[in-house]
Amino acid sequence: MLETTRQITQAEAIREALEQAMDEDERVILIGEGVPDPKGVFGTTSGLQERFGTARVFDMPLAENGMTGICIGAAISGLRPVMVHQRIDFTLLCMDQLINNAAKWRYMFAGQVNVPLVIRVIVGRGWGQGPQHAQSLQALFAHVPGLKVVMPSSGYDAKGMLLAAIRDDNPVIFIEHRWLHGITDEVPTLPYTVALNKAMLRRPGKDATVVAFSFMVIETLLVAKALVDLGIDLEVIDARAVRPLDMTTIIESVQRTGVLIVADTAWKTGGIAGEVVAAVAEAAFNSLRQPPLRIALPDLPAPTSHHLSKDYYPDALHLARAIVSHLNVAVADIELVNRLHRSTPHDVPQREFCGPF
Amino acid sequence: MNKALSTSRIKSLYRVMLRIRRVEESIAERYAAQEMRCPVHLSIGQEAIAAGVCAALTQQDGVFSGHRAHAHYLAKGGDLTAMLAEIYGKAEGCCKGIGGSMHMIDLAAGFLGAVPIVGATVPLAVGAAWAARLRGENKVITVFLGDGTFEEGVVYESINFAVLHRLPVLFVCENNLYACYTRLSTRQPERPIHGVAAACGCNVMLADGNDALAVYDVASRAVADLRSGNQPVFLECATYRWREHCGPNNDDDLGYRPAAEVAKWQAFCPINQLATLLNARPEGQDFITHSEQEISKEINDAFTAALAGSIPQQADLPGYLYA
Ligand SMILES: Cc1ncc(C[n+]2csc(CCOP(=O)(O)OP(=O)(O)O)c2C)c(N)n1
Ligand SMILES: [Mg+2]
Repeated sequence: MLETTRQITQAEAIREALEQAMDEDERVILIGEGVPDPKGVFGTTSGLQERFGTARVFDMPLAENGMTGICIGAAISGLRPVMVHQRIDFTLLCMDQLINNAAKWRYMFAGQVNVPLVIRVIVGRGWGQGPQHAQSLQALFAHVPGLKVVMPSSGYDAKGMLLAAIRDDNPVIFIEHRWLHGITDEVPTLPYTVALNKAMLRRPGKDATVVAFSFMVIETLLVAKALVDLGIDLEVIDARAVRPLDMTTIIESVQRTGVLIVADTAWKTGGIAGEVVAAVAEAAFNSLRQPPLRIALPDLPAPTSHHLSKDYYPDALHLARAIVSHLNVAVADIELVNRLHRSTPHDVPQREFCGPF
Repeated sequence: MNKALSTSRIKSLYRVMLRIRRVEESIAERYAAQEMRCPVHLSIGQEAIAAGVCAALTQQDGVFSGHRAHAHYLAKGGDLTAMLAEIYGKAEGCCKGIGGSMHMIDLAAGFLGAVPIVGATVPLAVGAAWAARLRGENKVITVFLGDGTFEEGVVYESINFAVLHRLPVLFVCENNLYACYTRLSTRQPERPIHGVAAACGCNVMLADGNDALAVYDVASRAVADLRSGNQPVFLECATYRWREHCGPNNDDDLGYRPAAEVAKWQAFCPINQLATLLNARPEGQDFITHSEQEISKEINDAFTAALAGSIPQQADLPGYLYA
C-alpha cells in the first residue's frame, strides 16, 4: 500500500495519534487539565472533545493524585485512559498512585489485572520556567519496575510510540519536551506503531557513540553534522526508550566505536545517563577505549533568570566543546563557534517566540 | 466606624489597590520589550482581597501565596524594586533571579513565600502557624489560594490539621470562577467552596471580594478571632481576573468567558468603587490625583532601579542549594 506522509509538527503528530487511538478503540478516554480548552495543551488535544464528545474527552479538577488513582481504577475496569499534564513537575503530586498502585497492581496480584494507562507529561524549558516548571524527571520514573518510560524525539516516533503506548496493556509514562512540539518532520497519515523498547541509530559514525535523550537528540545531530567536516565522525543513537533501555543497540554501537558519550536532558547525579554508562561498563567494559562521558545538567534546580540559565542547558556548542575535549582532538574553538553558535536567545526555541509559555 | 476613621481607611485601601493596579499595568505594558523573560500571572481586578486582608495584619503576621502573588506581596509590604528586579532576572531581585514572577519572598515584610505548584504553600502556612503556636508567638498566618487550588487534596489535609489543633491560620480563597480557561462548574459540583471548609470545622466567613472595605472588616474580625485562640478561619471572597490567566494581555477573544460576565465584573472595579466613595468627600479628589502622581513616580523609579540592577552570577548558585 502506498503510504502518504507529510510534514507536520510534533504537537500535530501527537494530536493525530490521540485521534486515531480514540477512533480505533472506544475504550480510550482522554483527560487532563486544559484538554478541551482553547489552547488544547499546546495544540495536542485541540478539537478532540468536539470530535469524540464530552463522555470521552475531559477537563479535570486540579487534583493530580486523586485523578491518577481514578484513572487507574478506570484502567483496571475496562477503560484505557490517557492522562496528560502540562508539566512533568505536576506528576510529583501523583507519585503515590503511579508508583504504589499503577506500577504494582498487575505484579502484586500475580498478573490477574492489567493497568492500560498512558500518562503524557511535558518537560518545560525556557522563558523563565524556573525551579518548579522545568524539571526533567525521567530517571525518577525509570527507577520503578512496572512502569514503561519513553521519550521520543521525532514527530514520527511521537505518533508511533503514543499509539503503541495506548495499545500497550501496561502503564506508560510518555515524556514530551516543550521544545520538540514545534519541530516539523515527515509523519505518515495512517496509524502505525513504533516499539516502546527500541533505540534508533540516527546517524552512523565511527569515532564515538553518542546516546542522546529527547531534545538532546536534536542538539547532538547538529553537533555531528558540524564535526564531520572537522574530521570527527559521531554515531548518534536516539535512546527513545528510557525503561527499558535498549542496551543491545547501545552496546553494539560502543563495540564499533569504542567510545561512549551520553547526552541527557536531566541532572547528572542519579540520572539515566549514569545508568547507560553502568550498563555498558558491566557488559562491554573491554570495548571502551577511554572513560565514558556524561553530558547532563548541573546538579542544581533550573534558575529562572535568563542570565542564570544561559549555560545551564548544554546546547550544541557546549556539547561540541565537551565532545572535542573528551576525544582529545585538536580543533580550534573558533571552528566550533563558527559552526554552532546560536544567534537567537538561548531561552526560547525559535526567534519569533515572545513568551510566556 | 466613625467617619474620620473610615475616610482614612478608605484612603489607605484605595492607595494600596491603586498601587497594585498600576504596577501590574506597567508590567503588562513593558512585557512586550521581552526583558521580563518569565511567566507572569497578573492580579488586575483582584486587588481588593489582597489590600483588605493585609490591612488587617501586622508586619509580624505571615503570608503565603501561589502563582498569582504580586498583589499579596505588595499589600503585605514586599519591596517593589526587589519584585521588579526579580521579574527582570536581576541580582537585586527578591530571589536574586532564581525565581522570577512566580516565586516571591520578602521575609522582612512577613511575606513568607509564593511558588507556582498549585496548593504547595497551603500546608506550609499551617506549619508556620503550628511553629508560631509552639514557640509562643502571637502570629496569624494567612495563605491565599484560588478556587482551583481548593481542589488539591493537600488543602483538605492541611485544613484538617489546622482545625484539629486550632491553629491561627487564615485561609483566604479568592474565587475568581476560573482555573486557567476552565470554569468552576466543570471542576466542582454545585455547592459553595466555603461549605466544604465549614464541614471541616473552619470558622467560615464571606466577603465581596471586590469591596476592599468589606474584605477588611471581615478579615479584621477573623484575625481578632484567631488571636484569641478560636478555630482557623476560611474566608471566601468572590472576585474576577481581568487579564489572561498567564501573560500581559486580554484573552477574551478566545471565548471561554461570556462577554457579559467579563463586563459585569469589570463594572464592579474594586478601585472605582472606593474612588466613588472618596469623590463624595471634601478632599477625596485631591487625594486621588495625588496618589496617582506619587505612585506613578514610585513605579517609574522602581523600574529604573530594577533595570539598572546587576546581572546575577551563575557561580553563586551552588551556594544556595544547601545550608
Ligand atoms: C500541581 C499543579 N497543577 C497544575 C498547575 C498548572 N496551573 C497553574 S495555575 C493553575 C490554575 C489555578 O487556578 P486557581 O487556583 O483558581 O487560581 P487563579 O489562577 O484563578 O488565580 C493551574 C492549573 C500547577 N501549577 N500546579
Ligand atoms: Mg481561580
